[in-house]
Amino acid sequence: MTEPVLSIRNLVVEIKTRHAVLCATDKVSYDIAPGEILGVVGESGAGKSMAGNAVIGLLNPPARITGGEIWLNGQRIDNLPPNQMRRLRGKEIGMIFQDPLTSLNPLLRIGDQLAETMMEHLGLTKAEAHTRAIAALEEVGIPAAAERINSYPHEFSGGMRQRVVIALALCAEPSLIIADEPTTALDVSVQAQIISLLKRLCRERGTAVMLITHDMGVIAEAADRVAVMYAGRLAETGNVRDVITRPRHPYTDGLMGSTPSASAGQRRLRQIPGAMPRLHTLPPGCAFSPRCERATDQCLNGPSPTLEADSGQAACWHPIKLEGAA
Amino acid sequence: MLAYIIRRIMQSILVLFVVGLVAFSMFRFVGDPIENMLGQERTAEDVQRLRSDLGLDQPFVLQYWRFLENAAHGDFGLSYRQGRPVVDILIERAPATLELALVSGTLAMLFGISLGVFTAIRRDGWLANGIMTVSLIGVSLPTFLIGILLIYVFSVELGWLPSFGRGEMVMIGRWSTGFLTESGLKSLILPSITLGLYQMTLIMRLVRSEMLEVLRTDYVRFARARGLKERSVYFRHALVNTMVPVITIIGLQLGSIIAFAIITETVFQWPGVGLLFINAVQFVDIPVMAAYLMLISVLFVTINLIVDLLYFLIDPRLRTSKAGAH
Amino acid sequence: MQKLRRIWQSDLAWNFRNTPVAVVSALIVLVLGLAVIFAPLIAPHDPFDPTTLNLMNGFSEPMQPNPFTGEVFLLGTDDQGRDVFSTILYGMRISLMVGLLSVAFAMVLGIILGLIAGYVGGWTETIIMRIADVQLTFPSILVAMLIFGIVKGITPVEYRDQMAIWVLILAIGLGEWVQFARVVRGATLVEKNREYVQAARLIGRSKWIIMIRHLLPNVLSPVLVIATISLALAIIAEATLSFLGVGAPPTQPSLGTLIRIGQSFLFSGEWWILLFPALTLLTLALSVNMLGDWLRDALNPKLR
Repeated sequence: MTEPVLSIRNLVVEIKTRHAVLCATDKVSYDIAPGEILGVVGESGAGKSMAGNAVIGLLNPPARITGGEIWLNGQRIDNLPPNQMRRLRGKEIGMIFQDPLTSLNPLLRIGDQLAETMMEHLGLTKAEAHTRAIAALEEVGIPAAAERINSYPHEFSGGMRQRVVIALALCAEPSLIIADEPTTALDVSVQAQIISLLKRLCRERGTAVMLITHDMGVIAEAADRVAVMYAGRLAETGNVRDVITRPRHPYTDGLMGSTPSASAGQRRLRQIPGAMPRLHTLPPGCAFSPRCERATDQCLNGPSPTLEADSGQAACWHPIKLEGAA
Repeated sequence: MLAYIIRRIMQSILVLFVVGLVAFSMFRFVGDPIENMLGQERTAEDVQRLRSDLGLDQPFVLQYWRFLENAAHGDFGLSYRQGRPVVDILIERAPATLELALVSGTLAMLFGISLGVFTAIRRDGWLANGIMTVSLIGVSLPTFLIGILLIYVFSVELGWLPSFGRGEMVMIGRWSTGFLTESGLKSLILPSITLGLYQMTLIMRLVRSEMLEVLRTDYVRFARARGLKERSVYFRHALVNTMVPVITIIGLQLGSIIAFAIITETVFQWPGVGLLFINAVQFVDIPVMAAYLMLISVLFVTINLIVDLLYFLIDPRLRTSKAGAH
Repeated sequence: MQKLRRIWQSDLAWNFRNTPVAVVSALIVLVLGLAVIFAPLIAPHDPFDPTTLNLMNGFSEPMQPNPFTGEVFLLGTDDQGRDVFSTILYGMRISLMVGLLSVAFAMVLGIILGLIAGYVGGWTETIIMRIADVQLTFPSILVAMLIFGIVKGITPVEYRDQMAIWVLILAIGLGEWVQFARVVRGATLVEKNREYVQAARLIGRSKWIIMIRHLLPNVLSPVLVIATISLALAIIAEATLSFLGVGAPPTQPSLGTLIRIGQSFLFSGEWWILLFPALTLLTLALSVNMLGDWLRDALNPKLR
């Protein structure tokens, strides 16, 4: 196996509030290989964005990393001084935010926003950056890029703006892209276009992607591997096909059952009873146990054991066993 | 955009007409102009002749129109107190006030904006907190007390700076300037601090709160995620986005600097238009009051128009035709 | 008693008890208010009674026996031998009276005009709100100066000093009504389309009375906040005008007039004639201001 682009080891992000210290991610570990798309899935508040922000070094105080390690291309980055971390942002790690309408500075031409990023990281002159910026816009499928480069963000539609955002995130050719809900704010018809664009560009460049989403459909469409998070903990990891067709963790199973899918025929959607607990009211032991039909007293006793599954791991006392499997 | 500006200009003209009506009514009805001009020894014929000379026997609207016409030509009649054309007195006094307003306005903007940015960036630093506390007191101190305090410390106790007047003047044509002599510059220091301090605190607090707002936005996060230098994030991306509300306030403040100059000029016996006005109020010198009123309304209206134009310069979203909807 | 307990247990009172700044400010305002009310009892001298003045007492230093008469004055005396402590008490009386009355005037005017603008609408509203807009372009202190000058011009010379205080109240009040009018108009626009107003119209009752009865509770908290902050502004405005010589006359000196008088002794070393009135003004304005700030945060009405 090649060396991973990103390797997160036992990452702990804590938020200190007035009343308590909340654990936003609790000993989360996963790897992303070069050119691989890892889907990180979970409900809002499950800690998936926190992990992404921790990697790029943009945690908002009071959230901060209190344990674990983050390695990027063999270099440990979670303890870098701010200025060195800044140099990595944009250059080695690109980021795409959820809402393309608010991600671009409304007062600057998109060409200037592209050029400033390239000049910062690639050491280009203004003229060179301008030429590269046009090429970058063409690559993400903006028609008449040479003219549109002088437009302001408000002159683009939402989908077009997200293309600009992608161009901005990729313009210094980073080895990792963190895409935080990149399609959630878009029209359904545009979502697929953006996902396939992102997929194509990253395949071409061999860029690894951390695709954060709550949408299993997007995962199934784009990701190679998937990491399922629940209440700050990793529930299950594995290849997309394995996790979707043969989930081992009861939560993943519930998530699959509650996702509408065009191919699922007439099957009624299942529901997971209850809601994800708030971080300050986590039950002892397995955080999912109060909603789990398979839960026993054992589940309350302590952290769930990590079991090797087909192509990854599941953290559960009573994983779903499949016929023919051990 | 053009339609908007034309509408604003029409509104400004309306404001000037209303203010003109107030000024004219003062002229016409406060005190008897005939009595003020002729004094005790007068014959009925004198009165009659002056009435028709001044057009006081004509219909009200016609008189008002003539007043506006004269005002547009700079003719506000004679000062009751000095017996000279008001316009000559104003021209003589204007440089003092304009130089004072220029210096204190520049000080207020320079320090207001930079301290505002500083206190926003170092939000929890002790220095920033100290500045904020001091500014709270600064906002509640009446201008004239600040002036007296400065005189006490720097003129009475330390004897460093003059406490009244403009020092030595140099005449450039009809413009008397204090910028070219040492005593003139020294004389400017205390009055301009007095006048500028309040506006500075106001601008600082506004810039700070707007900056804190903007620093939370997605596009600032995205600018950070692209690895731009802190300097670029703060000034190119954040500060520029605070400028629309800040310029609104600065525009309003420029107007009130002229008005508050009345207080400062009285404290420091600064021979400007403000001191002229306050003396006119004390002695009910109506032509001077009316002229001052017209003068500063023209000034306020012009500043407001410039502020409107600046909006278009700063914010490209307003320039497109769709902007009317916002 | 029941009622008092309810007030004591209300959110506002709880918030008040737990905000030291508010408690301290309220106490200061209370003490100063009582001092003003009982000024004739507290003040050692009546500064307006020439028979009690002794020119020999002039320029007595605070707490030091006068070299000629041996009398001791708490805060010293001015050039005419008037006890500074007493002049401050009486001066604060005038400052507070002008402040309170001008805010009351602004409030009544603003509420009436705001109600009319919101309820009648049409060109009446346009005219009222246009005037408000035009006036907002000018700093209120400037408006007050102009009005002071105009009214002074209309008043016959022999009445000018007597009328000065009332002119001051009128001028400051006219400078501050816009805020009240805006809030009340906004609330009226919301209320006038409510069912109860329509119902009142249907059963033929006076919609005005019903409107006012329902409207006033709604605008009470923002009006209260504006009034408190306006009071601080009005006190400072009064002091500023009097300091500039276009306010309270020397025969009825307010704190601003006292500071004006005191300023002329700054260079000759009689600092107390200036310092104590200035400190009193600051304390008064600052505590009222703090109280207003606290009230605004506590009631948190949508203020612009």
